[in-house]
Amino acid sequence: MNDRHDTVLEVRDLSVDFLTGRGTVRALRHVDLTVPDNRIVGIVGESGCGKSTLINSVLRLLAANAVVTESSSVVFKGRDVLAMSPADLRGIRGQEISMVFQDPMTALNPVISIGTQMTDILYRLDMSMADKRRLATDMLGQVGIPDPAQRLADYPHQFSGGMRQRICIAMALMMNPGLLIADEPTTALDVTLEAQIIHLMKDLCARFGCSMLFVSHNLGLIAELCDEVVVMYAGEVVEQGEVHDLFHRAQHPYTRMLLDCDPARIAEKRRDLPTISGSVPDLIDLPRGCIFAPRCPERYAPCSDSAPSTYDVNAVHQARCFQVRDA
Amino acid sequence: MADTISSDVAIRREPRFAWFRQLLRDPLGCFGLVLVLLIIFSAIGADIIAPHDYKALDVKSRLAGPSWDHLLGTDNLGRDTFSRILHGGQIALYVALVSVGSSLLLGLVLGMLAGYGPSWLDNLLMWFFDSVRAFPVIMFALAVITVVGPSLETIIFVVIVTTTPGYARIARASTLATKSTEFILAERALGAGVPRIMFSHLVPNIVQPLLILASMDIPVVITIEAGLSFLGLGVKPPTPSWGSILNDGYGFIRNTPWLVIAGGIPLIITTLGFTFLGEALRDVLDPKLKKDR
Amino acid sequence: MLFYTIKRFGLAILIVCLAMLMLLSAIHLVPGDPAGIALGPRATPEMRAEFRALMGMDQPFFVQYFRFLGNVVTGDLGVDVWSRRPVSTMIGEQLPHTIALAMAGLGWAIVLGIPMGCYSAVHRNSVLDKLTGVLSVGCIAIPSFIVGLYALLLFAVELKIFPEIGAGDAGDIEDQLVHLVLPGLAVGLGWVGYLARFVRTSMLEVMGENHIRMARAYGLSNRRITYVYALKLAILPTVALLGVGVGSLISGAVFAEIIFARPGIGKMVVDAVNTRNYPIVMGGVLVTTMLFALSTLISDLIAAWLDPRIRQGL
Ligand SMILES: Nc1ncnc2c1ncn2[C@@H]1O[C@H](COP(=O)(O)OP(=O)(O)OP(=O)(O)O)[C@@H](O)[C@H]1O
Ligand code: SF4
Ligand SMILES: [Mg+2]
Repeated sequence: MNDRHDTVLEVRDLSVDFLTGRGTVRALRHVDLTVPDNRIVGIVGESGCGKSTLINSVLRLLAANAVVTESSSVVFKGRDVLAMSPADLRGIRGQEISMVFQDPMTALNPVISIGTQMTDILYRLDMSMADKRRLATDMLGQVGIPDPAQRLADYPHQFSGGMRQRICIAMALMMNPGLLIADEPTTALDVTLEAQIIHLMKDLCARFGCSMLFVSHNLGLIAELCDEVVVMYAGEVVEQGEVHDLFHRAQHPYTRMLLDCDPARIAEKRRDLPTISGSVPDLIDLPRGCIFAPRCPERYAPCSDSAPSTYDVNAVHQARCFQVRDA
Repeated sequence: MADTISSDVAIRREPRFAWFRQLLRDPLGCFGLVLVLLIIFSAIGADIIAPHDYKALDVKSRLAGPSWDHLLGTDNLGRDTFSRILHGGQIALYVALVSVGSSLLLGLVLGMLAGYGPSWLDNLLMWFFDSVRAFPVIMFALAVITVVGPSLETIIFVVIVTTTPGYARIARASTLATKSTEFILAERALGAGVPRIMFSHLVPNIVQPLLILASMDIPVVITIEAGLSFLGLGVKPPTPSWGSILNDGYGFIRNTPWLVIAGGIPLIITTLGFTFLGEALRDVLDPKLKKDR
Repeated sequence: MLFYTIKRFGLAILIVCLAMLMLLSAIHLVPGDPAGIALGPRATPEMRAEFRALMGMDQPFFVQYFRFLGNVVTGDLGVDVWSRRPVSTMIGEQLPHTIALAMAGLGWAIVLGIPMGCYSAVHRNSVLDKLTGVLSVGCIAIPSFIVGLYALLLFAVELKIFPEIGAGDAGDIEDQLVHLVLPGLAVGLGWVGYLARFVRTSMLEVMGENHIRMARAYGLSNRRITYVYALKLAILPTVALLGVGVGSLISGAVFAEIIFARPGIGKMVVDAVNTRNYPIVMGGVLVTTMLFALSTLISDLIAAWLDPRIRQGL
């Protein structure tokens, strides 16, 4: 679809199962996703829809009970991450793809100083310790930590939540990666901090020339920050496309419900998705037809017999709903 | 012991004996259960199983190795070690049952008093429990023995004093938790007496953790008895105890290895058996506590 | 940190005082006449009265207790009933042996237990992990005097690899160390099991934490993640536990000292029990109780100091 030079990350037909005592949780099913060079792609969806599973698959950070099916592929700059040797994988982690985690309060090691944690990431660089510390200081300065040189010796508990997330962002960008993955980086922070952190990330990404995969509950944030959006529901991508097109001409009933539920959402910056009646299907025992059918107000004849595949709305916009095919 | 556990706990489980089936699925738990049953039956049936009179001297075959006549050899007085071990099991289990049973009851009462009574009493009892825990058990035992002399009763007294706080703590914590729950308040409003409330609501809730602790304490108690008897400060001869068999064996360790080996085996079987069983019981009855294994 | 230290120290002293109060009242409450037991059945009433006066037992209970505490503060633990030597001097002679033995036991526990626990956590659910799990429970369950007796029988009496009895030549460090190996194993084997289990559990807990996933996401080597990022955190509760270990090893040393005929507090106290030498027993109990409280306290402080969150917060 895309030329490899324009594409940083290409996820194809990714399916992930979790083996549990209750049965096999089919957490992701046939997910396709593309992150073009220098673009910001957002992922939205309710809690439990598989956002974290998706991005953890990219760096192979899934829990031990996860099984990635054979047909899946995750191609980063032309190389299949899923087929990589552990050594090659380590070469990519933190260097070419880096990650900012959901909860800054627990993301840093509490008994190792910030300086050591930062310079540890630079272990691949052939540099003196003093140079590494200078680099770390410089990065801390760029994310807006005052007096960075003095604070390298400090421990995470000496920083506030917002500062810790800034430190995490500094760490993520220190190796100048091609792709930055952020898993709800602001859910644990309050609303004013959220805006600051988001702008910081956007600025820095532009400055460092890196692409970003950004996960959020918050439609407003996605609209403001991203170039493209992926809407997930119960382990499937139900709609994806260019941000403007998708928000203004949402095709999938689920996306429309997300957008409709709270018209004032962008102004208000809600942190949680408005509620939709009904509940998410059990990922162990999936319905036969469309995954959204049990909750879909627009459900019609074909919906409960077979599952829809992805249909093009236009060149930059696809949705997984029979209505798009039948339109 | 196993019988007590089954009857008390089964009442509270929905599918009866489901926990027991679960226990049987745990290989180590099964292994522990078999060892424990082995020890219990051999102690109960000691008089029937024992091939010789445990007191009978046979001076001609002193310190003999194992043979068909003397399965585990004989001691320095020519007494049959196997028979002495079977009877020693009676002593060990007697001490364990009496002292653990008393600690359990005493701990239950003290813990409920601490949890239910006025706060000064609670504080006093907690201080008391903490200071008991500060003692090295063996040293405490030695101090008491100096004053009252070695005997079975002394051992039981020491064990009760040192293990009661463990039970009391559990009882106190559950009492505090139950005390504030609605139904107790409601019943008090209806005029039910305090002791009645405590017993009817509290006891069924804390039977499980107390029993788990008890099954873990039994091997500890048996070790204390055997240890003191090994030092010559436990049960008095000619009462057979595993510890005194070891003591004899230690004295003649250069003449024969068999006495030491034979004296150690029942202790190893018992401590391993009760420990494995206790761990498996805890995993089955109280999954919250389950060590991630 | 200073305030915390002072507070914990005061608490420890209070606990020791209460424990001694407990001990004295337990002795006071149980039936039996220490003087009669100490002097034997042939002692005359006058001899018993004199003994009681010597031991301060003719005073009311609380007077006895506070006099005891007062004497302890001034380092006076009474005198040996038979030789009339000061108990504190005798304890001073024996204590180093017992502490050396406890350290040897702890050495076994640290050398075997911590790597076992780490290995188990890293290779979780592997065959070796399961085996280690069973072994640790076994180590914990089996009484230390059985370990001591079997070790004596196998390695000293039969195989003659290690010396049987004694503490070694006074001036010869190497000889003393060789004499510590088997007794150390006897007192320490249970703690090998404890440590292995404890380290495994706390490692697994830490390995599941977010920051470890983050360290992985940054491509740090497995070795650095396990032995620096995880162990540095998992070791904190272990350090605190080691204090309890030292304390209980000191009192657990009784059996090893008897079996291997080593000098030490335990052997001194057991001998004293046999000769009804009441002041020595009390002195021994007091010292081991104090050491127990002290080692718990010290290790807690070390653990607190190792943890920057506490070190800087207090
Ligand atoms: N290790 C695991 N074992 C079993 N099930 C898992 C595991 N990890 C995740 N799941 C399940 O997979 C599904 C997707 O989880 P995931 O964490 O990816 O959701 P999410 O979209 O990131 O949610 P949130 O917004 O709450 O972070 C959920 O149903 C979850 O219960
Ligand atoms: S395919 Fe049918 S059920 Fe599914 S979203 Fe579209 S209309 Fe609703
Ligand atoms: Mg998530």
